[in-house]
Amino acid sequence: MTVIFGFFLLTLLLITAVAIVQSQNLFVSVMLSGMFSLLLAVNFFLLDAADVALTEAAVGAGISTVLLLSALAITAKHEKAPSSSRVGALIIVIIATLVLIYATLGNPQFADPNAPVHQHVAPWYLDKTAEAIDIPNVVTAVLGSFRGYDTLGEVFVVFTAGIGVLFLLGTQPGPFAQSNPFKLTDPKGLRHYLIPRVVGRMLIPFILLFGLYVQFHGEYGPGGGFQAGALIAAAIILFALLEGENSALKVIPRSVLIGLIAGGALLYGVVGLFGIFLGSNFLDYSVLSSNPVKGQQMGLLIIEAGVGITVTGVLLSIFHAFAARGKF
Amino acid sequence: MTAFHSHLPVLQVIVPMLTAPLVILLNQKRLPWIVATAASLCAFAIAVTLAMSVMAGQTIQYSLGAWPAPWGIELAVDAFSALMLLVVTGASSVALLAGAQSLDKDIEHHRQPLFYAAWLLALSGLAGILVTADAFNIFVFMEISSLASYVLISGGPDKRALPAVFKYLVMGTIGATFYLIGVGLIYMMTGTLNLADMAFRIEDVADQTPILLAAGFITIGLALKAAIFPLHIWLPNAYTYAPNMVTVFLAACATKVAIYVLLRFDFFVFQPNLVGHDFQFTFFLLPLSLLAILVGSSVAIFEPKLKRLMAWSSVAQIGYITLGASLLSVSGTTASVLHIFNHSLAKGALFLVMACLGMRIAQLRIDNIAGIAQKMPWTMAAFVLAGLSLIGVPGTAGFISKWYLITASFESGAMGIALVVIILISSLMAVVYIWRIVESAYFRQPEEDLVITEAPIPLLLMTWVVVLMNVYFGFAPGVPIELATGAAELLHGQTP
Repeated sequence: MTVIFGFFLLTLLLITAVAIVQSQNLFVSVMLSGMFSLLLAVNFFLLDAADVALTEAAVGAGISTVLLLSALAITAKHEKAPSSSRVGALIIVIIATLVLIYATLGNPQFADPNAPVHQHVAPWYLDKTAEAIDIPNVVTAVLGSFRGYDTLGEVFVVFTAGIGVLFLLGTQPGPFAQSNPFKLTDPKGLRHYLIPRVVGRMLIPFILLFGLYVQFHGEYGPGGGFQAGALIAAAIILFALLEGENSALKVIPRSVLIGLIAGGALLYGVVGLFGIFLGSNFLDYSVLSSNPVKGQQMGLLIIEAGVGITVTGVLLSIFHAFAARGKF
Repeated sequence: MTAFHSHLPVLQVIVPMLTAPLVILLNQKRLPWIVATAASLCAFAIAVTLAMSVMAGQTIQYSLGAWPAPWGIELAVDAFSALMLLVVTGASSVALLAGAQSLDKDIEHHRQPLFYAAWLLALSGLAGILVTADAFNIFVFMEISSLASYVLISGGPDKRALPAVFKYLVMGTIGATFYLIGVGLIYMMTGTLNLADMAFRIEDVADQTPILLAAGFITIGLALKAAIFPLHIWLPNAYTYAPNMVTVFLAACATKVAIYVLLRFDFFVFQPNLVGHDFQFTFFLLPLSLLAILVGSSVAIFEPKLKRLMAWSSVAQIGYITLGASLLSVSGTTASVLHIFNHSLAKGALFLVMACLGMRIAQLRIDNIAGIAQKMPWTMAAFVLAGLSLIGVPGTAGFISKWYLITASFESGAMGIALVVIILISSLMAVVYIWRIVESAYFRQPEEDLVITEAPIPLLLMTWVVVLMNVYFGFAPGVPIELATGAAELLHGQTP
């Protein structure tokens, strides 16, 4: 049953991908790419990668679609005809695809318990999580503690992307101008559309609540700072769409956003530094408390909060940077 | 070794990294620059300390989170990474110390905190790649350094910086993705991400398709990042339209860090295990290196834009670096690693001269600098000396690595003579393109009276510091040679 469903989803994925490339209308492409992410999320879920599925759904289908639409608002809706032939590029892409397919022929069987990935590091992670960290979700333990340095790096990737967009679009401090050609970021929002407004406002508290749940539930089930940050940012972006961007900026002004971006990343880093100050290595959370297991759990909770704060700040800043761009 | 010393490998990365969020909170006029420069100098001091420890024979390892490898992430510093760390942190520090005025010209005041934060992130990303012993961790820091360098380049004053950086972004992303695909395939077959563990576990599965294709994906991905001919097409425009100081920083080290990863992966993981891989490595890399040397130098000869000319010369110089490695001998790899160091010195100095000129002239073209040596004698004198080092004249750093390269070529057997001839021809081509600039600056009459003065003192001072380092390491090349030899012996599996 799973196999049939998997084939069905992957076929849809392929069709969507081709449609994204084929479509000349960029609005259609953006909508299709949202669909693509959602299909991918279902695929991940089918493969029991619930954490990845949640991230893909929140970031890929949710936030990126909004960001792409905002970007579309300040460019054109239709793709320009390509100036040169793309046959060469197509041939290279086809060759790369065939090579990749060829590589998969030598894969270990799907779900084979004897595959190398299940034999080498994974058993240690399973044992150690129970012993040293004592939380049910091993994924969170691997990402937050065993390979916490990678996750710190990823937070800084998000941070870099955020300051990159702010730098490129050169958003100035101070009030944004009032006119905007595109309805998506109308300063007045969708106030004159009664139904979206009523329904949307009802949704916002629930999305926020779910975001907080995902944030603090990461140790027990799928979730964590990345997904939660995307969800919370989505709730506030929804508010901005309904009430107008300026109302959203009144709630969380630019200076606060910059503070969030920097603060979350710093929080993560400082928890790591405590490891050094307390006589162990960078990012060793065991020394945070007299009981090493409690220390690990405390460390995970704080770094996940740091991740969530920076992701929320970066996503909101990118949204505002795009939304304000049309007005300069 | 004191307790503090043992943390140096991780501090090398996190000092600039954690300073970056602080910098975006600073709004006073000079403060972002001061803090960024201080962090960069601190990173340089750490790199010097690490290099001294390595030369004293210590092995430097660090387990993050105190988890043992291969389950946790491990950092390791050896002769190769120590030398590269000196280059990266040195280039960043020199460019920042020299560049306050030049960057004021290119970047508006209110965007400067973000810019300096991106600078520190690029620095920490490059340092992070160099200190880590974990294949996936390399990818994470590659992402940080790449994203940050796109931001830095996009700050260029010319609008053409944006299409240039977009091309770099697309090609860089393809490169990083290919690398990730390769690492993923290896992880699938070996179950590990730690490089040393990988080199050990890959032996059993070395003949299987996914591993062979992983080698291909990783090599091509890193070659894209390293701008190895013919995957260099993003480089000339990216270097040309970036802010002058960014070119100094990135030209001196960014592509070289990709070469570092390529050499490390290939010599440590693939060559000892994959049958016939060493032959394939030479078979592909040697002709491409020679083409890079010849094509890069030829285009440079006819290029009217100064920074573009220098960028094409970099394409050729990357060819020298890969040529040394493709000889697959200890002496060849020594020449290669040594040339990474020496070329950074020479090209860093040359791009600093470009920044000096850029302070006084809007369009950096050969025709526009006619007769400029009368007005900017110190700048152009620095150019001549750095140019001599680039050509490889005895008494400069550039000579040392060319000498090593020629020696290694002679040792490589029958084709050695041909290689030496090509190296000499391309050195003559370097004479030609350096001479074109010198000729214009010294011997042509300016079209109208130039009302310009010498470059600002800090910029000129740092330019001369680097120029004199070119001379110093030409006469006393002991330290880089020792580290480069150590690196080559490590790569070829001989304990020093």
